[in-house]
Amino acid sequence: MAHHTLTLRQYGILGLVALCAPLGDTCLSRGMTSLPHISLAHPGSLVAAVFTPWIALGIALLIGFFASYLTALSWADLTFVLPATAFGNVIVALFARFWLHEAISVQRWIGIGLITIGVGFVANGPSLTERPTPESAEKAARVEEAVEEGQAR
Amino acid sequence: MTAPFPAAHSGFWATTGMIAAIILTSTIGEVLTAAAMKSIGDLDEIRAHSGMKGAIRAVVTCPLFFAGVSFLALGFFSLLFALNHLELSLVAPASASLTLVTNAIAAKIFLHENVDHRRWTAAVLVCVGVYFLAH
Repeated sequence: MAHHTLTLRQYGILGLVALCAPLGDTCLSRGMTSLPHISLAHPGSLVAAVFTPWIALGIALLIGFFASYLTALSWADLTFVLPATAFGNVIVALFARFWLHEAISVQRWIGIGLITIGVGFVANGPSLTERPTPESAEKAARVEEAVEEGQAR
Repeated sequence: MTAPFPAAHSGFWATTGMIAAIILTSTIGEVLTAAAMKSIGDLDEIRAHSGMKGAIRAVVTCPLFFAGVSFLALGFFSLLFALNHLELSLVAPASASLTLVTNAIAAKIFLHENVDHRRWTAAVLVCVGVYFLAH
């Protein structure tokens, strides 16, 4: 596996992936809890919910998330990009602590620490699984042949 | 401000079913989307070569992408349905942390990604971290 390093711009895209998803989810939650309970017998109510302001804002943020997510998936592995989405939970908790001045329990600080270490683990590693190209496969076969010939002599 | 319609208490199996539906549809959607994006290639390079329209055309003409988006849409409506019945502090971390593990397994099996010790450790650390964050 070759070591694929990321550019500053690519880290910025991963930052957008981390930020837009939890903010979008929070808007969706705010919108959905203010609606009457929806049953499976009336699935049309779910579609109507899409046009309420909080749900619409949540969807706009999630579209931003999806565009950045697709871009990230085009140059990095799924298992590399996914921890970035989980890092969004840390960003929201830090917003809550330092912007909204909410109290954060010791358990939550442990959670923040574990996610940060987990994301750090992945971010320090290669971003993409190396696939053998026809040229590299041919070269590997030639090297193998040469080794076998050498052993025969 | 409290919500006019607070989340009701659903039973164990109903809660499990709602979260399982999100995890299953999201995992299938994410694996299909990742496979589509790998088959398309680096979007930054495509955009540099053919412009933004070229990049959008490359994405929207890939059938695998639409299969992935269909499952992600199912996952989205499962999430909306669950949020209508359960609290965000339960639904978001439970689905996010478990999806992380199911995605790592699916990426190894179906996308043949090199999920090495580093990535397994990260998946477990993030999963436990999300659990702690939710409690």
